[in-house]
Amino acid sequence: MRAFTKITSLVMPLDRANVDTDAIIPKQFLKSIRRAGFGPYLFDEWRYLDRGEPEMDCTNRPLNKDFVLNQSQYQNAEILLTRENFGCGSSREHAPWALEDYGFRAIIAPSFADIFYNNCFKNGLLPIVLNAEVVDSLFKKVTDGYQLTVDLATQKITTPDAMSIDFVIDADRKHRLLNGLDDIALTLQQADKIKEYETKRAKQAPWLFTA
Amino acid sequence: MAGQTLYDKLWQDHVVSTHEDGSALIYIDRQLVHEVTSPQAFDGLRLAGRKLWRQARNLAVADHNVPTIDRDKGIADPIAKLQVETLDKNCAEFGITEFDMGDVRQGIVHVIGPEQGATLPGMTVVCGDSHTSTHGASAALAFGIGTSEVEHAMATQCLVQKKSKNMLIKVNGHVGKGITAKDIVLAIIGKIGTAGGTGYAIEFAGEAIAALSMEGRMTVCNMAIEAGARTGLIAVDDITIDYYRNRPFSPKAEHWDMAVKAWSNLHSDADALFDKVVELDATAIKPQVTWGTSPELVVAVDECVPNPVDESDSVKRDSMIRALEYMGLQAGQAITDIKIDKVFIGSCTNSRIEDLRAAAEVAKGKSKAENVKQVLIVPGSGLVKLQAEQEGLDKIFIEAGFEWRDPGCSMCLAMNADRLEAGERCASTSNRNFEGRQGYGGRTHLVSPAMAAAAAIAGHFVDVTRISGGN
Repeated sequence: MRAFTKITSLVMPLDRANVDTDAIIPKQFLKSIRRAGFGPYLFDEWRYLDRGEPEMDCTNRPLNKDFVLNQSQYQNAEILLTRENFGCGSSREHAPWALEDYGFRAIIAPSFADIFYNNCFKNGLLPIVLNAEVVDSLFKKVTDGYQLTVDLATQKITTPDAMSIDFVIDADRKHRLLNGLDDIALTLQQADKIKEYETKRAKQAPWLFTA
Repeated sequence: MAGQTLYDKLWQDHVVSTHEDGSALIYIDRQLVHEVTSPQAFDGLRLAGRKLWRQARNLAVADHNVPTIDRDKGIADPIAKLQVETLDKNCAEFGITEFDMGDVRQGIVHVIGPEQGATLPGMTVVCGDSHTSTHGASAALAFGIGTSEVEHAMATQCLVQKKSKNMLIKVNGHVGKGITAKDIVLAIIGKIGTAGGTGYAIEFAGEAIAALSMEGRMTVCNMAIEAGARTGLIAVDDITIDYYRNRPFSPKAEHWDMAVKAWSNLHSDADALFDKVVELDATAIKPQVTWGTSPELVVAVDECVPNPVDESDSVKRDSMIRALEYMGLQAGQAITDIKIDKVFIGSCTNSRIEDLRAAAEVAKGKSKAENVKQVLIVPGSGLVKLQAEQEGLDKIFIEAGFEWRDPGCSMCLAMNADRLEAGERCASTSNRNFEGRQGYGGRTHLVSPAMAAAAAIAGHFVDVTRISGGN
């Protein structure tokens, strides 16, 4: 996994609440057996005027010019600013895969859906929860060229006018993301503890260990 | 010291180790695997040269992409076909039991788990699908995960998790005639909102929940995720234990007796403390119909489409305006005046035998309305289909002009050929009414199976409790 340390980037404002995983990446793209290549289909139904299909070449598709992803001033933004309950709906990791593949590194919102939030950390994406008033004030400030600096080590966001906003993140998740660690390798370091648990549990609940 | 909640007990039983920041390594008793969220996990294992920790704790089935008609002809869509074949190949390579498309036990992953006794009370259950919360109906700690965690659980039989807070939702008293589990859970989501349960494990309790069958309890827990909670739970009682007796994967002989004894403790202690308690009056719940593009945008069938002007929160008001536009509805319009084009009865929410019986009771001796183009009845598994046919339900549906299909996720998320066309309006027993969910530009209204069948007959929404045939 790619590590996340510090970025300074343009901010793309997506001013909608309850953005669901079907909107982030529609189901037809979930037929892929690959992990990469979802970026061109991110927000497909909002982004294009035609109906997207898997493996479609998107270079000549008609764009919805009103959608923020298609507006020139926000191109190459690595920070997505959005509203409450972002990522609600399904557990599809294709949602963070698509956001990451498109180029986003951090998402700022007043709240995230649990599964989506968790999935972000497995893919080098940093979801940042800020209170609704702060998010609202950022929405008002985002104009052409507005940049934020996100520093995971110090857990701070810095605005162009040098204002500093603290954010909260679990120590364990922060450590894994800062170092881009392999979760499975870390867990397998505890193999003895897992076996110990199994031995104990097999006595209490032997029906779970018949096969 | 206060007693433990059901969630606390399940959590404690599965802790392998705890970390400094409060997260823990949790043991996973059962993983259910399907074709959409697993190929990249198997690839990851192969790349790292890893094996499964315990093969036998994984059970696989293809459900999202499978056709519900002409199965003998295979899958027409080459990309979907490759995905299903990839599951077959991966299961063979890694030694996982799979119910393939030709197996009578094939069906929606959340229907076959309990049906086979593969997901049991007291287990931790995971699957790369958010509706894994369904299995909490039997007091299993069950939650949806992403593909990275699918791979993690395959390789280690464990997941790193942070403990959720405890929420109790008590549905007091008994529901009226014709009111189902679906109406109860939609009413709950209407009350607490789609983010109301975020960060919580929700335990559903109260007389109305205790009175539900296992099928009904699964419907309620299934939609816990639509209230934002990864986990929904219901305590074990005699209904739970009777349900699991003699299922193929259920414990046998002396293990059964041991299990029943252990399961009898799977309830919250009388003095357990919850972080949040929500109460609902079951007697006030009417048949529910969603009108918007989020499950929380729901009203009773005898109400009208709400007016955004009455909403004081500007973010919510904007969402309502967008929803009205997408759904092609007017504020103030009576729900019963909304005409429908298609009906879908199925999904992991409502495709079990009880759901099909409820729909058949309404449809018996009647025909679908002329303006209704298609009514799909998609049983949750091959075994549900078989039982329905033994009871003659298929004949009732076919005589009413409904289509009797093979099991799968079908038009709940329209990954296969079953879908809405742009602008089409559907009465659906599924769980999500998001934009485009049932097909590009499609419009979804979530209802119970009885309400969906009644709408198919009338051509528009009707109050099933006011028509003959409604149970």
